[in-house]
Amino acid sequence: MAGGHDRRALARALTAVENETPEGEALLQRLAPRIGQALRLGVTGPPGVGKSSLVNALVRELRRIGRTVAVVAVDPSSPTSGGALLGDRVRMGEHALDPGVFVRSLASRGQGGGLSGSTGSVMDALDGHGFEVIVLETVGVGQAELDVVKEAEVVLVVLAPGTGDGIQALKSGLLEIADHWVVNKADDPGAEATLSDLSQALLLRADGHEIQDRIHLVSARDGRGISALAERLWSESIGSEASDRRTDLRRRSLRTRLLRAAMGQFSDRLERVPADLEVESLAAGASTLASAARSLLTKTLESNS
Amino acid sequence: MTMRKIKVLVAKPGLDGHDRGAKVVAASLRDAGMEVVYTGLHQTPEMIVEAALEEDVDVVGLSVHSGAHLPLFRRVLTLLREKGMDDVLLTGGGIIPPSDRAALEAEGVGRLFGPGAKTSDLASYIRAEVAKRRPAPQS
Repeated sequence: MAGGHDRRALARALTAVENETPEGEALLQRLAPRIGQALRLGVTGPPGVGKSSLVNALVRELRRIGRTVAVVAVDPSSPTSGGALLGDRVRMGEHALDPGVFVRSLASRGQGGGLSGSTGSVMDALDGHGFEVIVLETVGVGQAELDVVKEAEVVLVVLAPGTGDGIQALKSGLLEIADHWVVNKADDPGAEATLSDLSQALLLRADGHEIQDRIHLVSARDGRGISALAERLWSESIGSEASDRRTDLRRRSLRTRLLRAAMGQFSDRLERVPADLEVESLAAGASTLASAARSLLTKTLESNS
Repeated sequence: MTMRKIKVLVAKPGLDGHDRGAKVVAASLRDAGMEVVYTGLHQTPEMIVEAALEEDVDVVGLSVHSGAHLPLFRRVLTLLREKGMDDVLLTGGGIIPPSDRAALEAEGVGRLFGPGAKTSDLASYIRAEVAKRRPAPQS
């Protein structure tokens, strides 16, 4: 895996990709044939459940079974200053000098959904570089911030006792996006109760009985359950089913990015097209909003550049 | 295409367990619009430089209150140079006597800020230095 100067080159490439510069785009194009090999694990859940600690513990176990791992950790940007405080490395210090681990923090940069707009591209670059597992840690998800499913092949939803978010999680649809449910802080006396609430909630699903073995009680602090979870995730990532899943994910992610890019180009053009005629026509009662919009749309599509 | 933000690593090297200052600095740089990676306490120079490399930061800021500022700043500067990261600004602060500050600055460390320094001065200093080192447009 990447040694000294190679790591520096990778780090710089990730910056270009994150900032969507022409160099970044060219790099992704070059890497395209090699992208789609890595297992992409999404780790999400309410704030304070120990996502970073869990990721740290999972990385340790994945390393123990010989896998190379990249971590992409997303933290929120401040809507007022545009700055961000990226603190996920605090819990990942033990891997700092391991050449088989690469950690990159991303600011969400105004993008809702718990991810940054270029998260998928950054993961692509790490994938194309040869990391076997890419762990994506989202910002603490509140409600309806569930974009992680668009960028991860396997989604872990993490809950913990005492955070009071179990019920919120049920409401938000957070539980529905999971492939695995992880109750962290097994060393906490409330963990059994959280586990049983979760099992009850999931039993209401049509596939309730089949998914009971996808519920895991772990402790990132003392390591309980972590190696079993890591081994299971890795073994399920091998084979044709996983490979199909990866192909689907790649197509889905590319489609999302393509639509976003096209919308960006379109709205740039739209803003340059004069709309005075349509506004006057609306003011005079000569057209409806829908017909005025259609007229503007036609003009925009006929405009150059 | 998004504009590139200034990215800063704020780290606490060495053994002192006093990270309030570092956290205040990290929050103030965030409020100045920068993306700040905070690595926590008890970082070795090797860990700090590796994190700076992986995160591709423009600036490394060290907070040192242990009295070990001379070897710590020197070691981080050496490692940055060894990794070809000469363009990364190394700055920081803490309890550092003026003579040591001058010595480190002469060796290539950026400006060092003492207890009483305004965080807004640090942000403007970083902005000006990064603009010099990086021709691309700033935000």
